[in-house]
Amino acid sequence: MKRVYAKEELCLNCRLCEVYCKTAHSQSKDIIKANKYEDPEPVSRVTVCGDKMLSAAVNCRHCDNPKCVEACITGAMQKDKKTGIVRVDEEKCIGCMTCLAVCPFGCIKTGKFAVKCDLCCTEDEPACVKNCPNRALVYADFGGKG
Amino acid sequence: MSINYIPRRFTVVRDKELCINCGCCVRQCSNECHYYADDGKTALVNSNACVACHRCVDMCPTGALRIEKYVCDYRENANWTPQYQQEICRQAATGGVLLSGMGTPKPYPVYWDKILLNASQVTNPSIDPLREPMEIRTILGRKPEKITVEKKGKSTVEMPPQVILETPIMFSAMSFGSISLNAQKSLAMAAKNLGTLFNTGEGGLHPDLKDYTDCAIVQVASGRFGVHKEYLQNSRFIEIKIGQGAKPGIGGHLPGEKVNVEVSNARMIPEGSDAISPAPHHDIYSIEDLRQLIWSLKQATHNEKPVSVKIAAVHNVAAIVSGCARAGADIIAIDGFRGGTGAAPTRIRDNVGIPIELALAAADQRLRDEGIRSSISLVAAGSFRCSADIVKAIALGADACYCASAPLIAMGCHMCQTCNTGKCNWGIATQRPELVKRLNPDIMHERVENLINAWNHEIKEIMGGMGINSVDSLRGNRLMLRGIGLTEKELEILGIKHAGE
Repeated sequence: MKRVYAKEELCLNCRLCEVYCKTAHSQSKDIIKANKYEDPEPVSRVTVCGDKMLSAAVNCRHCDNPKCVEACITGAMQKDKKTGIVRVDEEKCIGCMTCLAVCPFGCIKTGKFAVKCDLCCTEDEPACVKNCPNRALVYADFGGKG
Repeated sequence: MSINYIPRRFTVVRDKELCINCGCCVRQCSNECHYYADDGKTALVNSNACVACHRCVDMCPTGALRIEKYVCDYRENANWTPQYQQEICRQAATGGVLLSGMGTPKPYPVYWDKILLNASQVTNPSIDPLREPMEIRTILGRKPEKITVEKKGKSTVEMPPQVILETPIMFSAMSFGSISLNAQKSLAMAAKNLGTLFNTGEGGLHPDLKDYTDCAIVQVASGRFGVHKEYLQNSRFIEIKIGQGAKPGIGGHLPGEKVNVEVSNARMIPEGSDAISPAPHHDIYSIEDLRQLIWSLKQATHNEKPVSVKIAAVHNVAAIVSGCARAGADIIAIDGFRGGTGAAPTRIRDNVGIPIELALAAADQRLRDEGIRSSISLVAAGSFRCSADIVKAIALGADACYCASAPLIAMGCHMCQTCNTGKCNWGIATQRPELVKRLNPDIMHERVENLINAWNHEIKEIMGGMGINSVDSLRGNRLMLRGIGLTEKELEILGIKHAGE
C-alpha cells in the first residue's frame, strides 16, 4: 500500500505539515479558522519530531499487523482490508486510549476520541505531502512492511 | 558602547489577524528576527536583523508577513546620502573594510537596456521557431586557422579539442564553499540535463559530483585549491581564473568557519583554516608566464581539454584579451563589473571595472582587427538578467554567456546581498547543515532547467524574428543591434548604429 515516508535529510522543521493536517481535518477546512477559531480545536495527525539540525514528520505507519487494532477493546480501530488504511470509527470509540499506549510509533493523538492519520483518504495525496515545501514527505508504495 | 546609530533597513510586519502562531517563521529565520513570547505560543518579531531575504514571507502559510522598507529620514543631502553616513558609522565602529555580497546595486548604466534588437519585415522573411529548425548549439574552442581538404572532401586539419553546448548559456563559477554542495549539485544536475556546463569555481570538485565531471568546468585560480591531476582530467575544460568582475584585482577569502570537513577535503586544506586566494597568481606576472601555465595544463591533460582564461573587464580589456589569445588560451571569459560574488569589499565591487557590454564589444573588435577572433571563443559574464541580454551579448560578439545570479534566483535567492554572512536562509550561500538541507537538489535542478529552457525558447523566438535560424549567424552580427539614447562615443565602442540609422 501507499504510505507516507519522511526524508529526515530534507525536513526543514517548518512544521507546515502539521498546519495543513490540522486544516484538512477541521470542520471549516479554512486555514485561519481551523488554526485560530474552531472549537473543539482540530488535532494534527502528524508531528514533527526533532530540532533544526535533525527532524522528521512522524505519522501512522498503517502497519500490516497493527497493535492498535489488536488492542482496541470496542473494535473501533480497524484496518481496511482493501486500502490498508487503519481508521477509527468514532461511533464505536470510547476514548479509552489503549491504542495510544500500545502504538510503537506514538502516532495516536488524544482528542475527544483517539485521533490518527487516515492518509486523507478522500484526497489523491495526503495534505502533509501535498504541502511539504521541500519534498521531505513522499507518498509512495515501496512495498514491504510499514 | 559608544553612540552609533545605524537605522535598521527593514521592518517585518505581522498581520495579527492572519497569523496563526504556527511558528514556522521562528524556526526558519537564521537571523533570529522571529521569536516566541514567554507563553511559548505567540510569535513576535524584532526587525533589526532583517535582511529582506523573504524566507519567512514565502514560508508563512497564511500570508501574514510582509517586509517594508524602514524609513528614518535624514536631513536631505544629495552628497552625504544616508548610505554614506551609515557606512561611515559602521567603519567608525569596527575599523574594518566593508564587505558585500552579489553584484553592485549602484545605478550605473545598463547598456543592455539601451540596445534594441531588429526584426524582419517584408524584405526578408522571419522564421517560426515552432515550425522550422532553429539551431542554438554552440561550439567552444580554438578553431583552425584554415581548413585543408583532401580530394574526397575530408578535412586533413587536426581539430583542436572542442566543447559542444546545447545552449549558449553556461553556469558561471561558484565554488563549493562559497555556495553549498546542494546548490552546486543542483547546477550540475541541470547542466547535465541541459547539455551545458557548470563551473566548480576555485573550490575543487566534491566526490559527490563525480557523475557530473563531463559537464564540469574546473577552475585553476590563484589559491590553486583542490587542483590535482584527476581534477584537471575530470572536466570538459579548464579555466584559469585571473580575475572576477565583481572584484577585479582582488583575491578571495573564504573564512575558516565555512571550511568544514567537506570543504577542506575538496579544497585540500586543513579544516577550519581560512582559504585565502591571493590577488595575483604568484607564477603569472606576464603574458609569457600565462603561456607557461596554459601549456602546463594542456600537457597535464594530454592536449585533450581546451584551456580558458577568465579575466575581469578592466580598462585595457581588449589588449589583455588579445594577449591571452596569443598566450594560447582557447576560450576567454570576460566578466563585467556588475557580476556577482559571494563576498567582495564594497568599495571595490561598486567602483572597479567596466561594464561587460563595452568590454565585450571592444575585445571582439580588437580580435577581429588583429585577425585572431576565430582562434578563440569569447564568453561574456557579468549579469545577464533575461534571454534578450544573452541575444544582445551574442550579437556583440560573445560565443556563449556565463549566468550565475539568474539560476540562483531560480533556486530561491532574493538578492538580499548578505552572502558573506554565511546565514543564507535559502541554503545557497551557506555551509550550515541545517540551512543547506533547505535546498533540495531534486526540486532546484528542475527549476534551473525550466529557466534555461524558457530562455532557450525565447532566444529562438527572437532569432526567428530576425530571420536568423542559427546562433552562429547571430554571433557578432551587430547590424541586428541599434542603440537608443547613447552618445557617439558609446555607439562607436559598441560598434552599433543609433536607432533610426
